[in-house]
Amino acid sequence: MNVTITLNGEARMFDVAGPESLLSVLRNDLDLPGTKDACEQGECGSCTVNMDGEALCSCLVMAVDADGSIVLTVEGLSSEGELHAVQDAMLKHGAVQCGFCTPGIVVAGSRLLESNPHPTEIEIREALSGNICRCTGYGAILRAFEDLAAEES
Amino acid sequence: MTTRTTTGVHSGIGTSVGRPDGEPKVTGNFAYASDLSADNMLWGATLRSPYAHARLVKLDIAPALAMAGVHAVLTQDDVPGEPRFGQEEQDQPVLCDGTAQYWGEPVAVVAAEDEETARLAAAAIVVEWEPLEPVVDPDAAVANGAAFREMKIRRGDEEAVGSIVVEGFYETAMQDQAPLGPEAGLAIPDGEGGLDLYITSQWIHVDHRQIIACLAMDPDQIRCHPAGIGGAFGSREDISVHIHVAMLSLATGRPVKMAYDRTESFVGHVKRHPARMWYRHEADDEGNLVKVTARLVLDGGGYAHTSRAVLANAAFFTVGAYRCDNVFVEAAVARTNNPPCGAMRGFGAVQTCFASEMQMDRLAEALDMDPLDLRRRNALAPGDAVATSGQIIEGSLPTIAAIDAVEAIPLPDLIEGDDPRLLPGGTGLTTPASSVVRGVGYAVGLKNLAFSEGFDDFAEARVVMTTSGVEVHTAAMEVGQGLVTVCQQIARTVLGTDRVAVVWDDTSQIGSAGSTSASRQTQMTGGAVHAAAVGLRDQIIAAHGGDELRDDGVYLKDERIATIDEVCVAGPVDCLVQFRHPETFPPDENGQGDVHAGFVVAAHRAVVDVDPELGLVRVVRVDTAQDVGTALNPQAITGQLEGGIMQGVGLAVMEQLVVKEGVILNPTFTDYLIPTFLDAPDVETRIIEEGDHWGPFGAKGIGESPTISSTPAIVAAINAATGQRLSKVPVLPGDIAGSG
Amino acid sequence: MGVGVSTSYGRSYSDRAFATDYRMPMEFTAAANLDELLDVKAQQPDAQLLAGGTDLMVAVNLAHHRPEQIVSLGRVEELKDVGSARIGAGTTWARLEQCQYTALAQAARTVGSPQIRAAGTIGGNIGTASPAGDGLPWIAAADAEIIVESKERGERIVPWREFFTGVKRTSLASDEVITGVTIPDNLPDAQEFAKVGTRNAMVIATVSCVVMRGDDGFRVALGSVAPTPMRATRAEEMINAESTISDAVLEEFGRIVQDEVQPITDHRSTEAYRRHAAGVLARRLVKRTLQ
Repeated sequence: MNVTITLNGEARMFDVAGPESLLSVLRNDLDLPGTKDACEQGECGSCTVNMDGEALCSCLVMAVDADGSIVLTVEGLSSEGELHAVQDAMLKHGAVQCGFCTPGIVVAGSRLLESNPHPTEIEIREALSGNICRCTGYGAILRAFEDLAAEES
Repeated sequence: MTTRTTTGVHSGIGTSVGRPDGEPKVTGNFAYASDLSADNMLWGATLRSPYAHARLVKLDIAPALAMAGVHAVLTQDDVPGEPRFGQEEQDQPVLCDGTAQYWGEPVAVVAAEDEETARLAAAAIVVEWEPLEPVVDPDAAVANGAAFREMKIRRGDEEAVGSIVVEGFYETAMQDQAPLGPEAGLAIPDGEGGLDLYITSQWIHVDHRQIIACLAMDPDQIRCHPAGIGGAFGSREDISVHIHVAMLSLATGRPVKMAYDRTESFVGHVKRHPARMWYRHEADDEGNLVKVTARLVLDGGGYAHTSRAVLANAAFFTVGAYRCDNVFVEAAVARTNNPPCGAMRGFGAVQTCFASEMQMDRLAEALDMDPLDLRRRNALAPGDAVATSGQIIEGSLPTIAAIDAVEAIPLPDLIEGDDPRLLPGGTGLTTPASSVVRGVGYAVGLKNLAFSEGFDDFAEARVVMTTSGVEVHTAAMEVGQGLVTVCQQIARTVLGTDRVAVVWDDTSQIGSAGSTSASRQTQMTGGAVHAAAVGLRDQIIAAHGGDELRDDGVYLKDERIATIDEVCVAGPVDCLVQFRHPETFPPDENGQGDVHAGFVVAAHRAVVDVDPELGLVRVVRVDTAQDVGTALNPQAITGQLEGGIMQGVGLAVMEQLVVKEGVILNPTFTDYLIPTFLDAPDVETRIIEEGDHWGPFGAKGIGESPTISSTPAIVAAINAATGQRLSKVPVLPGDIAGSG
Repeated sequence: MGVGVSTSYGRSYSDRAFATDYRMPMEFTAAANLDELLDVKAQQPDAQLLAGGTDLMVAVNLAHHRPEQIVSLGRVEELKDVGSARIGAGTTWARLEQCQYTALAQAARTVGSPQIRAAGTIGGNIGTASPAGDGLPWIAAADAEIIVESKERGERIVPWREFFTGVKRTSLASDEVITGVTIPDNLPDAQEFAKVGTRNAMVIATVSCVVMRGDDGFRVALGSVAPTPMRATRAEEMINAESTISDAVLEEFGRIVQDEVQPITDHRSTEAYRRHAAGVLARRLVKRTLQ
């Protein structure tokens, strides 16, 4: 089955035979391993991608069903060596330790700021409650997003 | 305090400089083990035991071998060298050797053209089992002599009695490290009969030692390279895919990758030992501890792993951060058919800290005394003897300062309004504000630093001056904690330059750095980097007759007398150091002696809101005061404290592997619950810098402290809110609501 | 003596090991509209429906479940409406969080995570028919009906009690598709939801409850305490016979709810706690509907 998606701004075609997930195709067939595979059941958020404007767990998207959609992964957020504001803020606040959750948080967080540029603390917490971090205790991540929320748009 | 200014250095110690691997991590470009691949690569898969205890009657690999795309099917008969591995005791067969000792024990491994074929081939292996009765009760196992280690601590007068006596029985559950990055590894043949192994590890040299023994190969034939690690917390101290993937690659002559999924990860690494702990504390009328008696039973599961050392830690921290002259402990770690246990952040001290801090609260209650005053009255200080081992504490130990500092942090206001996200039960809308009671609880935790009991503990590092900057070479594992940053900072401060890169060498290029565990790398590898940098600096200054090394050369009385190009005219200049901490000794038959290299203390205060009727808890705040010796990177310290506390929150109110007849019932992220952003308390930290006697610039390791006393502080707060005397963690809703 | 990967290995591994081949070709149809969806189901009654993927893909990923035929309803716009008479099966939880039915919106907000709510649908919740389905107590309390449709027999309206037949079992015929849920005319405005779990996000319900207060009195529905969503009929009768809702009445009401539910002990909770929490939630929600 041939599938075409707009991936990080470029049209990409791939072929799938079975029910494999978009996550699997991104990592194994499209050479984009930045999206992480940590639970495969939508319970950790490590595989979050922006698909047609929504933050979704790519492990729960059947790849063939993504045909025609617009997908943004962590690799597509920064361009020409210029980091996305969320990536900058995460670094500045020490919100990265092992970093395995980071791509999912960066994508989910950038989607949050698109829909709500000035979220409150509790809105940040709820919006990122689908992204498990095992290292930081979330404190530095919260400070990064509070910093972003305080910025003038 | 040590002076931290070095001419021209902006990102040395004491600054919150960012991590060098930060940018690749935020852009998705950091290569974790599970991201690796090689041309012509095969995939490996593992067949595991369906029983916690069973005899392997028949193993027929022919159906798997017959499948198209399958290149190798290996069993224990194919292990070329030592049949068994293990960090402390080589007791686990590489693959099941006749009797499976735990649920999920590896039985056979397969290499095939793709992941799916490998998995199907593993399933096609025909196995006939004779199920045996699993031993699942650790007390019964110990009674029957099935223990990896038993130890006794006898100190002081067994006849001593206190006027106030409190007794309790406590339990802690089996906690999983649940690092987000699952186990993975890649083996690549070198064309000369050897292999390059890209693996995750906490101690790559001890993995290497076990791998070459089982493969019967020379050390230089196998080179272990560190691959990107997605968290560890103790789970990577023991071997997982390492020997299997190497055997498959040697058997096929092709690169082989293995990667566990989440469920296999839960099955494939050791966990925190569940513990059962009986305690009796005796004190005089003033609250001075007179005697502590305890019996500890930890469940080690099917194989030894690091159980012996975990038990020692549990036993030596039976009394916590307090003085007591009469201490009697019987401790054992059972061999059962439950999932194997080993290292997890806190390493035995978590279990006994929970029990002993609950005891201190009960004692304060019996004495009608403020719980913090009781702790201050008995607090360990430098020059005191550790209650269990009798070892006199050298260096700093600011126990009372930590208690005072955490107590002085202002308490948070009561939650106002009815935003459910700030109430117990969250958006589940279970709990009106009127059903909430607040509680505040404290706990103090003591932990040893680095390896103990006479282990020859060292770390090797090489620091190299080149014309383009300084290189720090080490095999110490960066698991996310930020060692990479601290190594840079130390070298920058000593060598007077910001241009420092950390280079991870493989096992053939540099000696062991020891394990990334026991809160030890900042002090051990940091100590090695410090000593090597000092050696290099002094050597360069002496060679040129100067008095200072700066970024651009050697100076004498503020005048440059040699450029870096001139310093390196004959090539890079380097200094290699093996750093050792103060010698430790095995305990005598009574558990006495200088068994530890140093100590670190922390105090935690938890504020919880509880809905007692439903038993729901919201951990509002966990504040901490942490003994750090010297703060090398304040931002990284905050990250360790907040992250460590969150694992303490998990153990306090939700995390446990549910094991029935040796089988894990919840090996998924749906059912093994880890705190989310909405479960995370606010954390306020106080850093106490009193310097220590042997870490670089007086620094202490702080990786484990935050996880140790945060759990009992939370339970103490729940007790304070509800008037209960909870005695096991995690505290589940039914425990509070009184409905099981 | 056991052979092969025995069932006692339990859950995950035995399931996976016997799974079919990943590389077997799969037939996939992305239905463009409801007619096409019904056509495909008529021709391929074994085809599995794919909506948000939040249940099906977990089975694919973890149990290595390999469906041979899939029909996706993600592009069927007719199923995404929330109206005054029906809620389309393809409505996501994210959309339902904003809907006018208070208790359903409250329930929607507790489903999984933001990522799950952006993908998962109420139709999927109904089709999966898990005892813990977060949307199901609302359906039971509302006395809503499940709308199903097939090419051959057209639309069929099934009362929820007849639709849910057991743990993850329904009376849906193989050629049928769940198209929506009816909204009864007499749906009370006073309606409240609550759910107990051991974590504040991404948690499967230990117990969930919906109470509605309407002209006919209180209705009390619960989830995770029986093989299917259930109404606490005896407790409803008891409380609806009372003229004033005193604390004593509420106590007795809660006791009856505790007695009436049929929970089990599993790795997520115990029978005793589920009974207790069911009673407490029902009692608290009655109070909330009176505020």
